[in-house]
Amino acid sequence: MAGAAWLVVAFPLLGALILLVGGKRTNAWGHLLGCATIAASFVYGLILFFSTTGQEEAARTSEVSLFSWIPVDQLQVDFGLRIDPLSITFLLLITGVGFLIHVYSIGYMAHEPGENDRRRFFGYFNLFVAAMLILVLGNGFVTLYLGWEGVGLASYLLIGWYTDRPSAATAAKKAFLMNRVGDVGLAIAIFIMFKVVGSTQYTAVFDGVANGAFSSGELVALTLLLLLGACGKSGQFPLQAWLPDAMEGPTPVSALIHAATMVTAGVYLIARSNPIYTASPDGRLVVVIIGAVTLVIGCVIGCAYDDIKKVLAYSTVSQIGYMILAVGLGPFGYALGIMHLLTHGFFKAGLFLGAGSVMHAMNDEVDMRKYGGLARIMPVTFVTFGLGYLALIGVPPFSGFFSKDAIIEAALGQDETWRAWVFGGAALLGAALTAFYMTRLVLMTFFGEKRWKDIKSSDGREFHPHESPSVMTIPMIVLAVGSVGAGAFFAIGDTFTEWLAPTVGVLEESHHHVIPHAVVPWLTVGLSLLGVLLAWLFVGRKRVPLSKPEPVPFPVRAARADLYGNHFNELLIARPGTWLTRALVYIDNKWVDGLVNGTAALLGGSSGRLRRAQTGFVRSYALSMLGGSILLIAALLAVRFA
Amino acid sequence: MLATVLTAQPVPPADKLSAPAIDYGAIMPVLIVLGAACVGVLVEAFLPKHQRWPVQVVLSLATLAGAGIAMAVYLGDESTPKNGVITLAGTLAVDRPALFLWGTLLVLTLGALLLIADRSVEPGGAFVAEAAIRPGTIQDRAQVAGTGMQTEVFPLTLFALGGMMVFTSANDLLTMFIALEVLSLPLYLMCGLARRRRLLSQEAAVKYFLLGAFASAFFLYGLALLYGYAGSVKLADISNAAAGTDRSDALLFGGLGLLVVGLLFKASVGPFHTWTPDVYQGAPTPITAFMAACTKVAAFGGMLRVLQVGFESTSWEWRGVLWGVAIVSMVIGAVLGLTQTDVKRMIAYSSIAHAGFLLIGSIALTDQGLSGTLFYLLTYGFTTLAAFGVISLVRNADGEATHLSQWAGLAKRSPVTAAVFTFILLALAGIPLTSGFVGKFVIFSAALQDGMAPLVVIALIASAVAAFFYLRVIVLMYFSEPAADGPSVTVPGAFTTASITLGVIATLVLGVLPAFALDWAGSGTFAFQ
Repeated sequence: MAGAAWLVVAFPLLGALILLVGGKRTNAWGHLLGCATIAASFVYGLILFFSTTGQEEAARTSEVSLFSWIPVDQLQVDFGLRIDPLSITFLLLITGVGFLIHVYSIGYMAHEPGENDRRRFFGYFNLFVAAMLILVLGNGFVTLYLGWEGVGLASYLLIGWYTDRPSAATAAKKAFLMNRVGDVGLAIAIFIMFKVVGSTQYTAVFDGVANGAFSSGELVALTLLLLLGACGKSGQFPLQAWLPDAMEGPTPVSALIHAATMVTAGVYLIARSNPIYTASPDGRLVVVIIGAVTLVIGCVIGCAYDDIKKVLAYSTVSQIGYMILAVGLGPFGYALGIMHLLTHGFFKAGLFLGAGSVMHAMNDEVDMRKYGGLARIMPVTFVTFGLGYLALIGVPPFSGFFSKDAIIEAALGQDETWRAWVFGGAALLGAALTAFYMTRLVLMTFFGEKRWKDIKSSDGREFHPHESPSVMTIPMIVLAVGSVGAGAFFAIGDTFTEWLAPTVGVLEESHHHVIPHAVVPWLTVGLSLLGVLLAWLFVGRKRVPLSKPEPVPFPVRAARADLYGNHFNELLIARPGTWLTRALVYIDNKWVDGLVNGTAALLGGSSGRLRRAQTGFVRSYALSMLGGSILLIAALLAVRFA
Repeated sequence: MLATVLTAQPVPPADKLSAPAIDYGAIMPVLIVLGAACVGVLVEAFLPKHQRWPVQVVLSLATLAGAGIAMAVYLGDESTPKNGVITLAGTLAVDRPALFLWGTLLVLTLGALLLIADRSVEPGGAFVAEAAIRPGTIQDRAQVAGTGMQTEVFPLTLFALGGMMVFTSANDLLTMFIALEVLSLPLYLMCGLARRRRLLSQEAAVKYFLLGAFASAFFLYGLALLYGYAGSVKLADISNAAAGTDRSDALLFGGLGLLVVGLLFKASVGPFHTWTPDVYQGAPTPITAFMAACTKVAAFGGMLRVLQVGFESTSWEWRGVLWGVAIVSMVIGAVLGLTQTDVKRMIAYSSIAHAGFLLIGSIALTDQGLSGTLFYLLTYGFTTLAAFGVISLVRNADGEATHLSQWAGLAKRSPVTAAVFTFILLALAGIPLTSGFVGKFVIFSAALQDGMAPLVVIALIASAVAAFFYLRVIVLMYFSEPAADGPSVTVPGAFTTASITLGVIATLVLGVLPAFALDWAGSGTFAFQ
């Protein structure tokens, strides 16, 4: 079955090609083709899943070598696919959730102004999915890098979709540039692998790790560089700032980027490189620190925003932080991180689609202060969004509870007590904050008075909220079902972690507990409920003012300013960069140009002078020949007899 | 001088005189070309005027095809010795390099002949019927209105080609000298045949003739000294004599120096290049294309044979001197090219710089140096052929518009022509994916392997400087506003189109897939006997 697995990538790639090259002729049916290619890949993914799932552990992993891709001397890169539980998991997530978002987009993008727009949008969407599939299905780091860059390109195109908005162009550029920072890390990591083991295929590199081909310094370097790559793609500290800005794209894009595809690439990279991380505890510690820091700052900033999509974006930042934290725990957490990634894929996609549905109803308004009381008007959206909300804040038995609670338990179960307290504590704090900001979001959007009644949207229209068409609500319903059931399905009886074992190793259980094992779920749920309560006290009870309250105490100001993340980047990277550029321009103008211009002037001048020798008189030509001959013969004789 | 050499040979008694064995299969291409040239002269003499053009075109193309087929048959024959044959009493060596050069000469002449035969670009052809006819006169207009063009140029071309083929395979210096004259004399004539700008053309012919005669004298004097040294004019005998005698080396190196000057002149290597810009500019453009492509091939073919067969054993003494010559040529070509304002003169200086690169390959006395130089000759010939083909298309009322200022903004008027010329210039500059890059690469790597790293560095700098003036033309064509009364690009007829297409496609193919041609070029070395 695995032999034809290239079809999975080929379908969406072909779709993108047809839609982008076919032009206007494909306008009428382009969106349907876009959905069909993803559906075909999903079906093939299911076939792959069922054909491998019942087999022996060893038989569940297979490699398909397609062609020799980069045969240059010692660098021999084969383009091949690796079919194993991890890649099949991602394959199903990407195509499954991706398909639902595609279907939803038919409705969401139906009113695009340009006649070509929706078709082009689906072309980019297919390209995005194809790149992501190459990323997760490749059997080597270079193939991964191909998909990695493809995802970067497609995200650039999609974030900058609204070409008439300067903010969208800026956001797209920002996402692209910050991703490049991470890409540099990944690229250098690949160079190190090639230098040490002479190959970039997963099997060769991981064998090298097992055989001790890498020194411990090289291993730490690898872990840190791969982490840098993951931070760029997954919006982790300190490269998180692009992710909220990326909300400038259409909402289905946000759902696709933030639920099923792009941001999960970093988690995938670390989980895929698990032999490297397992061999380097120091590297893992850094991963855990990054995860913990990110999850807390994501929650804190999420509490302060009024823009519904940005709150969800920071929620994503923090949930990815949980996943990074989990995979940083090594054999205790790889499978847990992937499990949370899956459940998050369902409920966060559902939440984004729900937010998109609300925006669709509210003239594309994103400010929650202008919402209110939408629960009655948009019942389907409300219910599906509510189920996703319960899953995200980790209320049992919804899916988020199982996956998040498992991560918190693993974080609290670390051998070293200080780590258990610090990182476990951060995870617990995050759970409480998540409950707070999500409850605030739900209260401001669906409950309270209808604040939109007396105002107009920025383009001068009145608000007439309505439920979205069924092409949009049905995907939301499907995702809501996933939000409810996926966690229990994966977690009960450890089905998922055992299924992943051939790739990431058997999940280890800690026997070291700073907080008794049985207490942790209660504590998590209790803290979450505390967050809900606080949100009700601060937001639900009171009137929500239409404009942001000012002045506010310092913590809120800081959170509203993204905890100064952009200032930090500006101060630490952008400004020195500007200075360096200016200095280089100065040197270039004064010295380099001087040198170059001087050389050019010298050559031009001597050319002009030499040109005078070309007089046009045969006698002077003959004289120059004679002179040349005498010199030549004299030199020959001099060499011989000297 | 000639008489002395001849009388020095022992004369056998008349009754014992036997004809030398001749391998007709091997020399058939040369016989076909020279024979057809004679037939061409008869055609001129006996056919009525209006029939001459079609007959000459068909005859010339058939000759090239026939010579090519004869060569293919000879190469395909199982009994053909791999390391070449020496025939005609040791005067001709038909070995792999000679055959490669013959093939190169035949295809390049094909391209040049197509340009020569073209009547669509310039009605009435590019050649004058009588020396005294000036443009615009009644006789000139009659030529435009008439059916034919001046057709003596076809047999002249074939004679020159025959001379070139003998030159590249001559196994002794005397044969080489005669071949040199056979190839030069028609060229002198053809240079003076331009219908437009008569004075420039005649001046070019006279200059070329005078300086050519001067260079031939050098060659012949060198030949005499070498005969005095070795007692033979055969290259192999000279080599053997140099290896194992105590005769005066002043004769040897004096002779070598004079001989090489004659060759360097033909190859337009600086400082013996002075004729090149004037002649390239003055000659009719199809003839310039023929000269630039084929004379270079013949001259360097002869040079390779002389240096590698006759003087390999003394390379320590002369190689340093030729280093200097190569440097001078590259510097002159690259630096003087910067300030040229005429596109034909610019290509002339480019050819002087290229001659320097070729000389580097010629003095790398390895198999790779030989095959690299042969390959470079092939690629350079095609590229320069296409370059002059394009130049012949850009015209105004006075004929070709060769001043660079007239090329400004050409891309806006004629994007295809500009794109083709851009590609050719990039090939001349040696940008990857063109044959120019591969050619430079193989020559420079051969030179590096033979311990000439400083020379390669200088060559790279010279390439960079030369790239400037190529790119300047590209910038001029694409980023300048076209002049109001600028030239128009003539839509070429089938012949010129075919010629340019041949050159461009070869440049591209040899740049992308050079392996097969490199294999041919490296399939054997010179015969030594």
